[in-house]
Amino acid sequence: MEEINLIGIFVSALLINNILLIRFLGLCPFFGVSGRVKSSLGMSMAVFFVMTTASIVSWMLYHWVLLPLQLEFLRTATFILVIASLVQLEEIFMKKFFPNLYKALGVYLPLVTTNCAILAVAFFNIDYNHSLIQTIIYAWGVATGYTIAIVLFASIRERVALAPVPEALKGYPIAFFIASLMSLSFLGFKGLFGL
Amino acid sequence: MVLNSVLILGGIGLFFGLGLAFIGKKLAVKIDPLEENILQVLPGSNCGACGFAGCAGYAVECLKENADIGKCALGGEKVVRQISDILGKEAKIKEDSVAVVFCQGKDGISKDRFVYEGIADCSAANLIAEGNKECIWACLGFGTCMEVCPFGAIRMDEGIPVIDEEKCKGCGICIPACPRELITLIPKRHRVYVLCRSKEKGKKVREMCEKGCIGCGLCVKVCPTGAIQLKDNLAVIEYDKCNNCGKCVEKCPTKSIVLNNSSSSMQFLS
Repeated sequence: MEEINLIGIFVSALLINNILLIRFLGLCPFFGVSGRVKSSLGMSMAVFFVMTTASIVSWMLYHWVLLPLQLEFLRTATFILVIASLVQLEEIFMKKFFPNLYKALGVYLPLVTTNCAILAVAFFNIDYNHSLIQTIIYAWGVATGYTIAIVLFASIRERVALAPVPEALKGYPIAFFIASLMSLSFLGFKGLFGL
Repeated sequence: MVLNSVLILGGIGLFFGLGLAFIGKKLAVKIDPLEENILQVLPGSNCGACGFAGCAGYAVECLKENADIGKCALGGEKVVRQISDILGKEAKIKEDSVAVVFCQGKDGISKDRFVYEGIADCSAANLIAEGNKECIWACLGFGTCMEVCPFGAIRMDEGIPVIDEEKCKGCGICIPACPRELITLIPKRHRVYVLCRSKEKGKKVREMCEKGCIGCGLCVKVCPTGAIQLKDNLAVIEYDKCNNCGKCVEKCPTKSIVLNNSSSSMQFLS
């Protein structure tokens, strides 16, 4: 039963409640770095990394520190604090021990720090009463969904950059059109597996 | 309750702050001071002409044994001198070069074979039936080179790129962008170019283009230093022998040889 539950959580986070296209969270990098497939991949790698670690640490903090002390209302402030410090910490570690990974993630890592999607996932884990394992699976699901959405979006935008777009729609306006069409098509996943 | 929350939040903040400070000190990555010095000397536009990942990448490369420190095309002689001062190494000074487009086929001068209405990009146009120009060596004129130039030195004028010699740093990024390989770096002191790459016979060239090289050989005969030779119906200048006298320019019946006197090449093309 537990495994089916985990798969359900993953698929739900991946497609049915896709963080970018259904929940509309983390839209700034969705438009900011989706000009090229390469940079969108770099961003998704950073999101994957930060989202997993941030949700684990915030889950621990909430369940082991804030809940016993009945300080649930502090969660917003604590989570922001923790996520920001955590990313800094990871940056220092990576710089020292994995310089190549650090170079690949480069500017995207600090960009992710203030991303609302990361904070939202930490909150969802609390709201849905996820266990620690479920939290990790959920974070992976969301991050993979993020990757799928942003890479698809970047591929389409690379094509559109070469297409004869009407003058008034050049650049971001047409990108918003594309995003809304993609969002509509992702709505088609609603009801998949009865979730 | 108030005290608890202040303590917890303050405690977490303090813990992470101190932790970060401690770990930052402990795990600090040492950067070679020479690397920073070189990075300051380099132009910092990250054009990538040296073949490394931006100026920082090249600064790291310079520190290696037997590294070629003369690769910064943008900084030119000055930067190479400064790097060699920092490192105490001798470097071969690279000559200032400028990109030259070997085609004069403006709209109307080089004839179109069909009307291309696809994606406005040279590589894309080149894939469809060998391009929309009669001449398979002609500039397609969609400005792909203009888009890749990091210095804005290329502009499109009546369907061919015009290179601004003041702005062109000779980085060579535009060379692979041209699907017909029409752009070459030529040292700035050479002023005479045969601006055609067509290897067709003269009659065919005349049908396709008003300014193509027809391989008549008049320039070969008139050249006092014997710097011009005909190869595959195309006049080719050997730059070591050419003295920029410009006699071939006067003789050329199709005006495909050009003498560029001005500092900016805009004038002779307009």
